[in-house]
Amino acid sequence: MSSRTVQSGFNFEYFMWMFTRLSGVGLVAMAMIGLLGALVLGASTQVNLPTLMRWTFFPNPNHVQSSVPDVALGWANGFWQIMQILIVFFGATHGFNGLRAVVEDFEGKSEWKPLLRGLIFLLWIFVLMMALYIILAPEAQV
Amino acid sequence: MSQNRQVSALTGFKYRGGNPMWAWMLHRITGLGMVVFISLHILASFFMQQTGSQLATFINTLYESWVLQIFVVFFVVYHALNGLRIAILDLWPQFMVYQRQALWLQLFIFAPVYGLTVLILIQNALAGS
Repeated sequence: MSSRTVQSGFNFEYFMWMFTRLSGVGLVAMAMIGLLGALVLGASTQVNLPTLMRWTFFPNPNHVQSSVPDVALGWANGFWQIMQILIVFFGATHGFNGLRAVVEDFEGKSEWKPLLRGLIFLLWIFVLMMALYIILAPEAQV
Repeated sequence: MSQNRQVSALTGFKYRGGNPMWAWMLHRITGLGMVVFISLHILASFFMQQTGSQLATFINTLYESWVLQIFVVFFVVYHALNGLRIAILDLWPQFMVYQRQALWLQLFIFAPVYGLTVLILIQNALAGS
């Protein structure tokens, strides 16, 4: 076993380490806001638990086919769209950075590292763009 | 990162890390599970919304089944609570002396939250809603 060299000052690994912790706490807080919002907007009497859970993590009227009109209308505004964008951004970044951490733990020293990093980066961008499109598209076509 | 981690699975399981090791392992498994689950869900939602694809609709219907939701709730609630414990212990290292107690506290919060959710899910499934 050899000792690891620790870089002082700013470095990518430390930044992502801190980001993971802060975004994790932030995601829990945002989920709580979503859950509270759903209950205030009437979810406690009008939707079932699975639907409530989906509202909690992704409050988007396109996301849940609800037969309750005022619930769907209540979510379709700028505040919840910004909430969703924040949740998607922090969630996807947290998740794909976690995937990177696990992959790099398994591969150890490897010449594939830049390639795998690039692949995960592309996946991250791809998922982010898809999710943004779902949030901002005017309405579902099905 | 020059440590040699090439050990067999059997040796890996014999490692007596105790509860923190299992928490770490579950944290990784649930995290990876959520990356796969949510990415697939975003993809399926995109194609359901834009092209009305049969496959995408099938995937999203699958996600609404209560059996899968029992797993998803476990992944999300466990990862959230364990993540909060990690964040608190990492950002305030003076609490590190209580790390074993923190695991038990986490279990005492996890059990009722997850148990109640599963109970309601099964109740709804049996009632056919």
